[in-house]
Amino acid sequence: MSETTRTSTGLENGGWEPRVVCFFCNWCTYLAADLAGTSRMKYPANARVIRLMCSGRVDPQFVLDAFARGADGVLLGGCHPGDCHYQSGNTKALRRFQLLRRVLAGLGIDERRIRLEWISASEADKLRRVMTEMIDEVRALGPFRGGAAELRRSSPASPDAAPAAASARAEEVATP
Amino acid sequence: MSDKPKVALYWCASCGGCEEAVVDLAERILEVAAAVDIVFWPVALDFKRKDLEALPDGALLAGFVNGAVRTSEQEDMARLIRRKSRVLVAFGACSQLGGVPGLANLWSREEVFRTVYRDAPSTVNPEGVIPEVRCRDNGHEVTLPSFFDTVLALDQVVDVDYYVPGCAPTAAITWSAIQTLLSGELPPKGSVLAPDHALCEQCPRRDSRPVDLEVAEFKRPHQVVIDEVTCLLAQGIPCMGPATRAGCEALCLAGNMPCSGCFGPTSRVRDQGGKMLSALASITAGSDESAIDRALDSLPDPVGTFYRYGLPGSLLRRQARERAGKGGA
Repeated sequence: MSETTRTSTGLENGGWEPRVVCFFCNWCTYLAADLAGTSRMKYPANARVIRLMCSGRVDPQFVLDAFARGADGVLLGGCHPGDCHYQSGNTKALRRFQLLRRVLAGLGIDERRIRLEWISASEADKLRRVMTEMIDEVRALGPFRGGAAELRRSSPASPDAAPAAASARAEEVATP
Repeated sequence: MSDKPKVALYWCASCGGCEEAVVDLAERILEVAAAVDIVFWPVALDFKRKDLEALPDGALLAGFVNGAVRTSEQEDMARLIRRKSRVLVAFGACSQLGGVPGLANLWSREEVFRTVYRDAPSTVNPEGVIPEVRCRDNGHEVTLPSFFDTVLALDQVVDVDYYVPGCAPTAAITWSAIQTLLSGELPPKGSVLAPDHALCEQCPRRDSRPVDLEVAEFKRPHQVVIDEVTCLLAQGIPCMGPATRAGCEALCLAGNMPCSGCFGPTSRVRDQGGKMLSALASITAGSDESAIDRALDSLPDPVGTFYRYGLPGSLLRRQARERAGKGGA
């Protein structure tokens, strides 16, 4: 997700489109996405799906990194409770998600930008519905004005010297 | 002046504890003084900025900078010391990751000013004076360094060679860092000069941690009588040990207090808070939303707990500005 990608989505000209990073488990939600594909269902092209073996593999750092690199929303998908291929991976995912949501709220991130859904391999329809809903919601929220992503964006010119410091100064000028 | 290697010590946004840490070397400071010339150390010695400026670039073996960077003056000094030093060491948690002052990144500069200069109970400021970069006083223009909206770690301002972790670095860690630098056998650039494993491995209570642990209610240290030998996580007290680098010899644990994470993450972890969040959530009891929420309600300040020393150095670095109309499209 480079600055180039960001610009090519048309942020500046009002044609901005949200980008939602999806972490789907190998055994349920990713298969649902596959089924949606083979069934020729359509969902918005704003989703970037990353397959993991289990929703329990989602390290909160992945989500933080997605936001830090400019994602506008993050969707986690796993097997229904009781159906986890690894017995309790989705329970761990749920616990992490609930704590992560609190931390993200503390960091000023709108809670609608992150969502966890249980979607089984046969629920292609649910997958389409959830993705569409989430992308619409994130589109309504607008671009994520996140900490690090925002700091980087405000100083695209500086190669490596001190992007953060440069932006801190930029703010200095902007705010009387 | 002698031919001994020259070093400089400087403080930016810090409490002074890191300066104290150098003094904590006790009689070994004499060995340091015998091995190097300290040419700049505002806290202890009467050298001025111009003395440092007068030295050729790269004249210093090492510059030790503690404290976060949150004013234009601190940024200037960091750049000056970087230029004069062959090796720049970020000394202490604030310099390495932003430290406790970095928690200011949960607010904007305006909110910080409002609290400090207007709303705090101890503030008496009837004229509502807040710091300005320029103002006129008795016909003279007076200036102040500007105050950044975002607190920065040292490596977000200048190139940093090594990091000495800790709030404050312990005497043992400080001494071994000095010896490493004087030995001439330098570790790879960017190294943190401390062991690269989690604190739990150094913890004397390590063996008392059960394999399967579930905590239904987290406790704060003042709410319980803490057992002196059992793992604190097993007692339901959030301890940052699993996500924190070793090297302090588990000093807080020896004092019967939980690790608060000042040594930062190990090299395999990018975001200490994210890692600790993961570890703590995994041992939270409950398998449905409401039970988990009940357990998590006993953690009153997750951001302050997980990012106490490292918000500026974390992945997100500061609070987002999308709250209450601050951001938006």
